[in-house]
Amino acid sequence: MKRRSRFILSVLAFGYAFLYVPLASVIFYSFNDSRLATVWGGFSTRWYGELFRNDQVLDSAFLSLRIALTVATLATIFGTMAGMALTRFGRFRGRTLFSGMITSPMVMPEVITGLSLLLLFVSLQQLIGWPAQRGFGTITIAHTTFAMAYVAIIVQSRLSAMDESLEEAAMDLGGRPLRVVFDITLPLIAPAMIAGWLLAFTLSLDDLVISSFVSGPGASTLPMLIFSKVKLGVTPDINALATLIILFVTSGVLIAWWISRRAQRQTG
Amino acid sequence: MTGNAASSTPFIEIQNVSKYFGDFAAVDSVSLTIGKGELFSILGASGCGKTTLLRILAGFETPSKGRILIDGVDITELPPYERPVNMMFQSYAVFPHMTVEKNVAYGLEKEGIPRVEIKRRVGEMLNMVQLDTFAARKPHQLSGGQRQRVALARALVKRPKVLLLDEPLAALDKKLREHTQFELMGIQYKLGITFVVVTHDQEEAMILSSRIAVMDKGRLIQVGTPKEVYEYPNSRFVADFIGTINMFEGTVVGFDDDSVRVNCKDAGGELVALSDAPPAVGSPVCLAVRPEKIFISKHEPDNTEDTRLAGIVEDLGYFGNLSLYRIRLATGRVVQVSAQNSRRSAERFLEWDDKVFISWRPRSAVLLTD
Ligand SMILES: Nc1ncnc2c1ncn2[C@@H]1O[C@H](COP(=O)(O)OP(=O)(O)OP(=O)(O)O)[C@@H](O)[C@H]1O
Ligand SMILES: [Mg+2]
Repeated sequence: MKRRSRFILSVLAFGYAFLYVPLASVIFYSFNDSRLATVWGGFSTRWYGELFRNDQVLDSAFLSLRIALTVATLATIFGTMAGMALTRFGRFRGRTLFSGMITSPMVMPEVITGLSLLLLFVSLQQLIGWPAQRGFGTITIAHTTFAMAYVAIIVQSRLSAMDESLEEAAMDLGGRPLRVVFDITLPLIAPAMIAGWLLAFTLSLDDLVISSFVSGPGASTLPMLIFSKVKLGVTPDINALATLIILFVTSGVLIAWWISRRAQRQTG
Repeated sequence: MTGNAASSTPFIEIQNVSKYFGDFAAVDSVSLTIGKGELFSILGASGCGKTTLLRILAGFETPSKGRILIDGVDITELPPYERPVNMMFQSYAVFPHMTVEKNVAYGLEKEGIPRVEIKRRVGEMLNMVQLDTFAARKPHQLSGGQRQRVALARALVKRPKVLLLDEPLAALDKKLREHTQFELMGIQYKLGITFVVVTHDQEEAMILSSRIAVMDKGRLIQVGTPKEVYEYPNSRFVADFIGTINMFEGTVVGFDDDSVRVNCKDAGGELVALSDAPPAVGSPVCLAVRPEKIFISKHEPDNTEDTRLAGIVEDLGYFGNLSLYRIRLATGRVVQVSAQNSRRSAERFLEWDDKVFISWRPRSAVLLTD
């Protein structure tokens, strides 16, 4: 028993080290004074300062944030609607097909999704002249299509775990169907929607492949910028940027966890 | 019994209602009228279509065939939120994100009733179900019985014409259930609302109801007062489903005045029953006798009118207020007999393997043809 638990502990330690040592080293070297990314030259925060004076970085960070916020919101709205349609509006023709199809953006290789969306945008442009130029709009649309699939699945699983007679009871007490959605359904799936929003937000913030396909000249998101910079060698300001992103995402996850725990306590 | 509260004018009329799921008939040509102020029970085994029938009344399922009228108004096509009917769900369905008070107020808010009035009515209702001190609590801070009362209050506060209750007491333990049964009856009597209760607990149905409908496989088998259904079951199914009964299969061999002679192989001879609609000679029938209608004695009773059979005590059980005996006849057939323990004595009246006689009056036996 004792031997085995020691074995399990070391496996566990190794696994966690594998996950977190790279992240820790990125954070560590972001405070490195040296110009060489992997040689320690003393503590400094100068790379953070440089980051905030770099217009290119600021522009792409701002673009990424704008896209991520829009995508998360749109994906939550459409994903929730899709999830509700799949679980609540009875058995319509082709429901099984639809609920199977909603998972396809999750398993489809990103290269394919990106390529097909690019082809769509190009042919749309030829047909109706829109989108005139690729950038914020096209990236947002592309991200929304795959992020909403994740939201739909989170919402769907929450809805099918929820007792349908709650909604029936509300209707029985005189609530019209649309009213019942706002009074009962949405408050009860709110934790799932928030989780979905945060997931869509990070998915969009993080995406490189699809963005690269559907963006045009002059519009690079943060991951695209980092990737192109790293091709010329890792510089300490990239470490600083990465550290900020880690901080951002971690707090997002913590907030999501806190919200879902609170909701769970309330609804038992 | 609240039977006297029921008037005979039909209030709910269920006209030839059927509900199919695919080819499967969950409710099959049910016709039924329920009077105003009745406490009507629908009784049946699991899966016989009780909940489906109730959901049709509430408006959650549209019947495949037939019509439903309440107070003379056809409500077949009305959505649930426009029906003068409220339902208490099998799972209670108390809104988990609202306080007790909000739960009860929900239905009134949807009616657009002024705030002051809502507050007053909710307060009154919480008082009645003894939840006034719990008004600010969330459902997860309540016990099962308290949640059940929230569900009841929430439905009653709307003052519906009809309250539908789906297994309202199933989740409660025995003591609480008995207590709540009487509370329900009290509330129903006070408010005069027509109650339709679904249950698979026949004892509960007997205690609560002014009338009972027994269902089997989507069909209505018998409708009547608890007494009618218990004393005069119209079929083998009902006789067997309500309480315990001894059934002797046999064939009609003849008539004496108003009594029918039935040859039962099980009983080793002819048995006699009274019947106003005697079946033809030679037809297969079933003669049924309730255990408590059978007398048991050590000496042969001298009343020759009664049916008398000899046997030995195969098994006996003491249940406090009564004793149950299983008597084995010469033919090998076992008959159940129950007797009140009216005497308190150290020694038992009967022991295992005692030779005994059982007897019953001809009018205690029921003749079943279905
Ligand atoms: N939506 C549905 N689709 C298909 N079959 C259904 C549906 N709802 C109910 N049934 C079937 O109809 C029959 C009656 O169901 P119902 O829920 O009315 O039973 P019940 O008498 O309430 O049983 P219980 O005592 O277990 O609650 C069951 O065989 C059930 O499988
Ligand atoms: Mg049921």
